Amino acid sequence: MSAVATYFKNIFHALYTVLVGMKITGSRLFKRSVTIQYPYVKKAIPERARNRLYVNIDDCIGCNQCGMACPVDCITIDTIKSTPDVDLGMTSKNTKKRLYIAKFDIDFAKCCFCGLCTYPCPTECIYMTDVYEYSEYERRNLIYSFATMTPEEIEMAEAKLKQYEAEQAAKKSAPPIPPKPSQPSNPSDGSTAS
Amino acid sequence: MKTVFQQSPTLPTDYTVAPGKITTTTGKTIRTEEMIINMGPQHPSTHGVLRLEIVVDGEIILDCIPHIGYLHRCFEKQAEHMTNYQQVIPYADRMDYCSAITNEWGYVLAVERMLKIEVPERVEYIRVIMAELQRIASHLIAVGTYAIDSGAYTPFLYCFIDREKILDLFEMTCGARLLYNYFWIGGLSHDLPPQFIEKAKEFCKYFRPRIKMVNDLFTYNEIFVKRTANVGVLPKDVAINYAVSGPQLRGSGVNWDLRRDDPYSVYHKFEWEPQVGKGEIGTVGDCWNRHIVRMREMEQSVNIIEQALAGLPSGDVQSAIPKRIRPEKDAEIYVRTESPRGELGYYIISDGSTSPFRVKARGPAFVNLSVLPEIVRGAMIADLILIAGSIDIVLGEVDR
Amino acid sequence: MVEFLQNIFTNDIVITVLLSAIPLVFIIAYVLVVLYTEMKISAHIQDRLAYMITGWHGVLQPIADMVKLLLKEDIIPERADRLLFRLAPYITFAATYATYAVIPFSSIYIGANIQLGAFFILASSSLVVIGILMAGWSSNNKWSLIGGLRSAAQMISYEIPTALAIIIAVVITGSMNLQDVTIFQDGGIQNWLIFGGPFPLTKKLLLLPFTIITFIILFIASIAEVNRTPFDLPEAESELVQGFFTEYSGLRFAMFYLSEYANLFVVSAVVVSLFLGGWSSPFGSFMSGPVWGIFWFVTKSYLLVMLQIWIRWTLPRIRVDQLMHVSWKVLTPWLFVCLLAVGGILVMV
Repeated sequence: MSAVATYFKNIFHALYTVLVGMKITGSRLFKRSVTIQYPYVKKAIPERARNRLYVNIDDCIGCNQCGMACPVDCITIDTIKSTPDVDLGMTSKNTKKRLYIAKFDIDFAKCCFCGLCTYPCPTECIYMTDVYEYSEYERRNLIYSFATMTPEEIEMAEAKLKQYEAEQAAKKSAPPIPPKPSQPSNPSDGSTAS
Repeated sequence: MKTVFQQSPTLPTDYTVAPGKITTTTGKTIRTEEMIINMGPQHPSTHGVLRLEIVVDGEIILDCIPHIGYLHRCFEKQAEHMTNYQQVIPYADRMDYCSAITNEWGYVLAVERMLKIEVPERVEYIRVIMAELQRIASHLIAVGTYAIDSGAYTPFLYCFIDREKILDLFEMTCGARLLYNYFWIGGLSHDLPPQFIEKAKEFCKYFRPRIKMVNDLFTYNEIFVKRTANVGVLPKDVAINYAVSGPQLRGSGVNWDLRRDDPYSVYHKFEWEPQVGKGEIGTVGDCWNRHIVRMREMEQSVNIIEQALAGLPSGDVQSAIPKRIRPEKDAEIYVRTESPRGELGYYIISDGSTSPFRVKARGPAFVNLSVLPEIVRGAMIADLILIAGSIDIVLGEVDR
Repeated sequence: MVEFLQNIFTNDIVITVLLSAIPLVFIIAYVLVVLYTEMKISAHIQDRLAYMITGWHGVLQPIADMVKLLLKEDIIPERADRLLFRLAPYITFAATYATYAVIPFSSIYIGANIQLGAFFILASSSLVVIGILMAGWSSNNKWSLIGGLRSAAQMISYEIPTALAIIIAVVITGSMNLQDVTIFQDGGIQNWLIFGGPFPLTKKLLLLPFTIITFIILFIASIAEVNRTPFDLPEAESELVQGFFTEYSGLRFAMFYLSEYANLFVVSAVVVSLFLGGWSSPFGSFMSGPVWGIFWFVTKSYLLVMLQIWIRWTLPRIRVDQLMHVSWKVLTPWLFVCLLAVGGILVMV
């Protein structure tokens, strides 16, 4: 194509594509917008949505499977063994609870919302809710504590455990009690002595 | 107080910046001075924290030196300290955050091949559907941000409206919109919800005319064509020598797509074509051809999704997930997959324990970016923006 | 208008100040309206809603924007050339504002009824370049410098098509005074210069294609004069952050912004006065008169401003050398051809 023809072709092509583009944007000017006015209107969240975690501490048996599964180590769990005379109750899956949960902290500043902690939980007490609006002004407010033991209760439980363990240790290290001396038996008639 | 001009220590030593005579291409000597401009880490169009040091003569670029590393997050080192292979997957997601599924797939495929696990066919089909949806989403970001770089602010929003629908599909399936943790070693974390197939079909029907709309508004616009045709031409042999991959390689005319040439999963069951830049406008290997390859790949992805939805078999998606992931000692594997940016490779070395010994990710954006100084010499500053945009880098993958 | 005011005030200085303050009041009112229009048009083109909270559907947002700009900290970079840096926005605005003096808003109001109106417009709109160059240079920022230089090249090279198009209109009407040009086109839509002017039918039909082409080229050149997309390289947001006014903040930035929108109106006003009949009503004598004149003038200019906003949000940006190519190799030759043709037709028919 000669230079002159290309020159004219370019000009008309330029004008044509500009007009096509303007037609598209002009027609969208009169169509409805897709914006919704958050926070007055909120979009529905699907049921599988992975947002903030929640722990039902009554069901937690303190196994720390969730803490081990977390890739960013945002779950910290401290447990205290309970002594056999204390009944901590049953979980909803009818397993016996044997550990006091002294501390169950989840740091949501670190949580990456992968959901890996929810799968290994044997009682399904940790699960993801649909809450996504929980911003805080201070970072330390993002550390959520789910444990419900007061410091006095923790002290008492620890003291009790220590005492129990000391008793167990004392039992183990005390000399064995010699067996009771048996009555001299009458070998001839086989009857036991009274 | 005068500051002393410090020559950047990273410039090659046989190139000095000195005021004085330089010889132009016409042979005449004129007294000019080059300027070193810094397109710093914070810039509206470097697609992330990338620093470009440009040596410029007026508006013509003489040299360009990219400085990366501003987004390095130690993915590979972190992967060694995980307690099992499963925990690496959220980290792999976050490398290339614009297309997380393909990152996961590469890693999961590598581990599965190391353990010699066969996944059920339903899992393969769902993986293909998700990966192609992710490819569309990633290309929409590429196209949208390319439009902003070139001055048209509207196509960006049209692309993001479509992307919202894709992210809704993902949220419906696995619960997250951007970083999924959906592909697990041996299967998936969730099966498809009941309304997914319906909505995905709706999306495919809705999306095809939108591609045409963006093409009419933006791709074939004469101003855009003038700016991108014959700009930043990457010849075929240079592309192959630099190990470029993905749409950038295909835009240079090389018909190479890992989904067909190094096949994995069930891509061979579908009818689709890798798109190659043919030079219908501009030369083969220029920015326009890379752009049109991405637009056409989106169409092909819609084809694949529709075929996969039609032929989806039934089954259990979690049946092949192993209880214990423990490859044998000294097993090594390198697996490459086709991410929207190119060849994403994972090289995993195992030492017999439940956590990997070494995970090395070969990021396509890193390799594609290395070709930038080569193709930018002689272009103008305005062209540099468009060339860098057409490479489609995501700094998360470049720096890992 | 002058006589009317002379009946009220006797002092000449007061009259002059009042006459020259009217466009300023108009600019301020207009800027608030055009900011809102741009915000809403751009939003609806992009399928989104703009501000909805400040006032009903965001009507008070422009006021909020202006107040915010006024309250910002005034930063001058350390190594900047302080005098030039401070002076640049005011020169730009003053040059733009000077152009308002010769625009006929109505049959009774024109700031300065000089016989060289069109020439004065060309001269004073060139002064804007000086302000931009000062801003770019004095910011001590390589990116601003590039933006300023690009802008200088752009504005100077688009003066030529603008001047030629104005010359064509002047040649047809025979006077450089914009008021005379508007009176020439008075009497109804068929008399507008874009449709050939108030001539007998044969002459009109012969002139018609050339005046339409001239109108289109003048419109394109006026977009380039104002630094709007597709010609907004000097303030290319994606490349140069904000171009030549990157380092400006607060009131100075507001001055640049104000002068950009004022310039937008004034080039549309020039196009309207020359080709679309100025303040004359399209229905002839129905709805015409001094006060209706203002309404028609402002409406027509505002429609052109909206057209420029629509174009801005559709098209990508042109590169510097392509810009030069468009100006020198496309717009100017076509205008020369039009000028020859128009001159020939006027002489021979």
